[in-house]
This record gives sequence, structure tokens and C-alpha cells, in this order.
Amino acid sequence: MSATTENVGSGSIQAGGATQAGALAAPSRPAPRPARRTSGFGRAARLVGPPLAVLVVILGIWYFISGVVLASQGIEYLLPMPHEIFTEGYFKGTVFADIMVALMRTTGVALAGLAIAIVIGVAWAVCMSLARWVERSTYAYAVILQCIPILALVPLIGFWFGFDFTARMIVCVMIALFPMVSNTLFGLQSVEKSQRELFQLQKASRWVVLTKLTMPAALPAIFAGMRISAGLSVIGAIVGDYFFRRGEPGIGALISNYQSRLQSPELFAAIIAACLLGVVIFLIFGWIAKAAVGRWYEAAK
Amino acid sequence: MTLASPPVRPDSAATTTLLDFRDVAMTFPNGTTALSGIDLTVDRGEFVTVVGPSGCGKSTLLRIASGLETASEGTAEVHTDRIGYVFQDATLLPWRDVQSNVELLAELNWQPKRVRLPKAKAAIDLVGLTGFEKHLPRQLSGGMKMRTSLARSLTLDPELFLFDEPFGALDEITRERLNDELIRLFCEQQFAGLFITHSVSEAVYLSTKVVVMSGRPGRVVDTVEVPFPMPRDPEVRYTPEFGKLVGQVSHALREGHS
Repeated sequence: MSATTENVGSGSIQAGGATQAGALAAPSRPAPRPARRTSGFGRAARLVGPPLAVLVVILGIWYFISGVVLASQGIEYLLPMPHEIFTEGYFKGTVFADIMVALMRTTGVALAGLAIAIVIGVAWAVCMSLARWVERSTYAYAVILQCIPILALVPLIGFWFGFDFTARMIVCVMIALFPMVSNTLFGLQSVEKSQRELFQLQKASRWVVLTKLTMPAALPAIFAGMRISAGLSVIGAIVGDYFFRRGEPGIGALISNYQSRLQSPELFAAIIAACLLGVVIFLIFGWIAKAAVGRWYEAAK
Repeated sequence: MTLASPPVRPDSAATTTLLDFRDVAMTFPNGTTALSGIDLTVDRGEFVTVVGPSGCGKSTLLRIASGLETASEGTAEVHTDRIGYVFQDATLLPWRDVQSNVELLAELNWQPKRVRLPKAKAAIDLVGLTGFEKHLPRQLSGGMKMRTSLARSLTLDPELFLFDEPFGALDEITRERLNDELIRLFCEQQFAGLFITHSVSEAVYLSTKVVVMSGRPGRVVDTVEVPFPMPRDPEVRYTPEFGKLVGQVSHALREGHS
């Protein structure tokens, strides 16, 4: 009871203080403005600070789990200490080289698959936008393709296309195709009716409307699709590695090997490298989109 | 500028009537009757404004005139193929700067760069946007976008200029300024105008003839000649004669609506 009254009391004092401060600050309101203009360092700190704090918390929990909880039961190999990922992983020349080579191969598969997905996806969407019957008859299959659990289809792809580069690339195409199709179609159809009529009044052909109106208008959506598809394509390449080991498998195969040998620091190093690859590809495509359409498309900024 | 016109067109130089609607009606496939029994002419040297309540088919009238729609009844003749059309919104392509937006229509008519470049420059100059050639639409105000849109249509050197409520989204000050610019262009460029609006004072101020339409289905309920000389003196807005004409048009609008 007494605690409650105390709280109420302190609350009212705080409120009084706040109004006083507000009254004092009121006449010199323009003053705080220049103070808001922070230096580049301040802005960087505000940008990087919060995620950095979260990272520190995560590392703390991580050290506690692997160093205290798991170590006390002698099963710390399940989760290596964060620094071991560097000492046993990245800083060991052979491991680092293995990871880099595997990563390069994965990147090659992912980019090849992505390129094919972009070409097929854009072409398919253009056909759908030019002819209604193509959309009506085929769009449902694009949706179905998206809904098929890819893991169920992967063994079949191996039967049909072998167990090396081609098969891994096809997994990427299948997983990355739908965002390309749906985004491109959405972009092509986003053109306003009056803009179409502007072209219609000049008796512009379908080809001219496509190249001078709908295609440029669709570019922001196409780049958004590419960004999604790029990330998915990397996942597709890693999944492909698990199933198709012939030829030169990439980071997925390496992860699988480390896993079977219980080399957990190396395993974590490879997994983190695979994550970073996805992040880098996402950022690169964001940058490409900004360079291509950021000048006129505001949302790309 | 001479353009090769299709042989079916009547000799355009001989006719003074550029647009001739006789008993035009429009019923859409879904059964909505937008227009019925419209008689309307636009002659050379005329600036005709159509006022009417929202949804009375004013825009449909314009779409028939431009060829975007075909009348379901009656005859709709347009005796020129140099038609300018200004939409409700500026319909600029956001990835093109002012210069290449203005060049667009000439480009769509396969005119070479050396022809369309000076044409666009002249049109940009006419609407007072010189110096803004390299600006993108998102860097322009609403009024400047509309000027760009006007300049784009001016490159066609139109004989008949169709306006579909082009200044409806602009603020009053910008709108009045653009009205004066439009009158100046009308006097200098010698096109005939057909202008859709739902602002009565804009209609009276801009035009040589105001056509008042009823609510759906749209019919012509009154035609009011505006006798003030062109170019208009902005002060004419505050004369009793102007007020009387605005009153007459407003009255006809109310009659037609009930």
C-alpha cells in the first residue's frame, strides 16, 4: 500500500519535472535542430549499434550453452564455441580453402540457375501479358510449380538429368522461377490504363507498347523478383548438392561431409559461409536494382 | 507540317467544322447508357467546354471523339487526324525526363530524332518549361507535370485539342494560371478545343461556347455562347456579365440534374 503511494508520488514529481523542462525548452525550439544533424560516425553507430547489441547477446547465450551446459555433460561437440569456428574453421588453411572452393562452385550453379530462371520467367510473363489465353492456360501451372515440395521432386530430377551440374542447376531454376514469373507479370500489368491509351491513340504496335511502356514500367518489379529469386537460387544450389554428388559439388556437399564426420566447428564455418553467400547475393541484386531504376523509381531507394 | 492522311478523310482544309456529333448515343456492353441524343459541333476557332455532373458521360464523349471508343448510335465525325488528347492525369512515363516525355508521341509516329528534337524544344518553350528538360516527372509539381503533358500533345501540332478535366487535381492558383496559359496557346496555335470540366467558372472563363449536360444518361440541356474577346482578361471573372453567364450555366446544370 505504502509502495503504491510512493510510486504515485514519484510519478507526479517526474511529470512536473517534464512540464517544467518543456516550458523552458519551448522558447528556444529551433536550437535542437542543428544538434540533430549527426556526423557520419554517429549515423553509422545508430545503424550498426542495435544489431551489434543483439549479436553480443546471442554470443553470450551461445558461450553459456556450449561452454557451461553442454561441456558439463561432455557433449560440447554438438555446439562448438563461437571462436572455435574461426580457430578450427576459417583460420585453418585447408578448411578455408575447401570452403571457398565449394562456395565458388555453389555460386556458379546458383547464378547459372538464376540466369535461366530470369530468362524463362520474364519470357513466360511477357507471353502471358501479350495473350490472355496464355495466362489463362499456364499461370495455374506456375502456381503449382511453386507449391510442389521441391524435395519430393529432387530425386526425379536426378533420374532424368543425371547427378551433376545440370541436375543441380535445374533445382535452382525450379525454385527460383515462380517469383520471376509472378513479379514480372505483376509489373507488366501495373501500367495505368490512360498510359496504354496514350500509346493506343498513336496506333502503337504491341511490340512498341511492350518495349517503350510495359517493359520499362515492369523493371522495378522484375528487379524485386530477381532479388527474391537470387536468394532462393542459392538455397536451391545447396539443396542440389545434398542429392547430386557427381561432378564438383559445392558447399552443400561440404556441409554434409562435415556433418557425417561430426566436425562441428568446420560445419558451422561452412554453414555461416553459405548464409553470407546468400546475403552477399541479395545485396548485389539490391544494388543492381538501385543502379538500374533507382533514378526514377522511388521505392528502390 | 503536312501529314499524309488516309484517302477516306474528307478534304480537311475545306471544312470549318472539325468535330460533328449527330444524335450520338453510347450504351456499354453491361447495359449502362452513358450518352443519348448528343448533337455537338466544334468549329475552327472555337473552344467548346462541356460541363456536367460526375458520371454524366462527359469523358465518354471525348473518348468517342478521339477514337478510343465507338459510338453505339448516331454519327460521330472528326474532320482531322491531328488530334491532341490531354488526360485527367499527366500520364508521363516516370523513367523519361521532360524532354523525352515530350518527344514520345513524335517517337511513336516514327519521326527521326532531328525532326522531333526541335519540335519538343519548341513545345517545352511554349508551356514555359525551358530549363527543366532534364527533370524527371517525380521532381516536378502537379502543375509542371500537366504543362509537360500539354507540351507532349502540342508536338502533334493538333487542329483539334481534346482535354479530359486536365486541371481537376490542381490547386486553384495553379489552375487559374494554367487556364490563362491555355488561352494563350489557343490564340497562338490556332487549334480548336473541346474541354471537359465540372467547374462552371472554369468553363465560362475558358471557352467560346459552354455545353451543359444532364446527369446519366448524358444529354445536352443547354448551350451558352460566351461573348468575351480572346485572349481573356483575367479581370473579366469579376464583371457582372461573367457572373450572369456562370449563373445561367449553373441554373441549367441544376435543371438538368433534377
